[in-house]
Amino acid sequence: MTHEKPIDASVTGGGAAEPGLSKDELALAIRVSTEEVFSTMLGLDLAVGEVYVAKDSVEPSSGVVSIVGFAGPWVGSGSLYCSGPFACKIASFFLQEQFAAVNEDVLDSVAELTNMIIGNVKTHLENRLGAMGLSTPTVIYGRNFQTRSVRNQEWTVVPFTLDGDRMCVQMCIMPNPDETHQTKRAGFPIPHVLSI
Amino acid sequence: MASLLDVLIVDDSAAIRKILQRVLKQAEIPIGEIYEAGDGVEALEVLRKQKVGLVLSDINMPNMDGLEFLTRLRAEPAWQKLPVVMVSTEGTHGKVLEAVERGASGYVRKPFTADQIKEKLAGLLPA
Repeated sequence: MTHEKPIDASVTGGGAAEPGLSKDELALAIRVSTEEVFSTMLGLDLAVGEVYVAKDSVEPSSGVVSIVGFAGPWVGSGSLYCSGPFACKIASFFLQEQFAAVNEDVLDSVAELTNMIIGNVKTHLENRLGAMGLSTPTVIYGRNFQTRSVRNQEWTVVPFTLDGDRMCVQMCIMPNPDETHQTKRAGFPIPHVLSI
Repeated sequence: MASLLDVLIVDDSAAIRKILQRVLKQAEIPIGEIYEAGDGVEALEVLRKQKVGLVLSDINMPNMDGLEFLTRLRAEPAWQKLPVVMVSTEGTHGKVLEAVERGASGYVRKPFTADQIKEKLAGLLPA
């Protein structure tokens, strides 16, 4: 079950859930990063929808999910979810060739776009929260699966639309409970349980 | 006639390798062979076999990341002057500084435009 509550991504200072980082700030960073990556690499302008916080699981879905983990003084993960046809569309703009079906090139494109989006959010947050290491992306394509945070974290979800198709970029982040995080590139926790 | 420049692209993303290939071919640079590697280990193997005149490398990669690759590359006398441009999502001042200290010739942050790559190369390569 998904519990949703809207937040305002256009302002900062509200919706504080963790010391040092508000959900509004996180949502704004996701929005700015996603818009920059899509306009720069794909030449596409996305329309942003109403940002919300999802507790526990994020939408039951089919399609493509790409996940990147990060670790350091703060830990968490970010992901991009879209339908198969939407993945084909953005891969076609990214690689400048047409894709009618999801294949390795499409999945690799979605993974790299996720890496850029979440990587840029991480860079923005590192100025305040400290250096964090980024994992390589994991991408999943299938039907009737759910993503779930094993730590029961809240996800800040930013939906976008392009010509009526929908895509979501979402992140969950929390202070690292492990006080021995002395190295920047400590092992990444597996942030999700996936059932496909 | 200008001699052709062989290039090595190092990135774990095949999509990015493909995009950088396209950008290089569109640039006003006499490009010869373009070699690809998915991580630092593969990149060092390519460099031992091929004589390349330019390297474009990601930082976050499995097996051996771009900074470790850069350090090992610069430790070899034959590669100390080889132009190496890092192309990465890592964008903090500290990370850029670390790359420069390890011997990077240039740094382009992802996302990038074709013009940003071309401008960076124009400043590094002989006219």
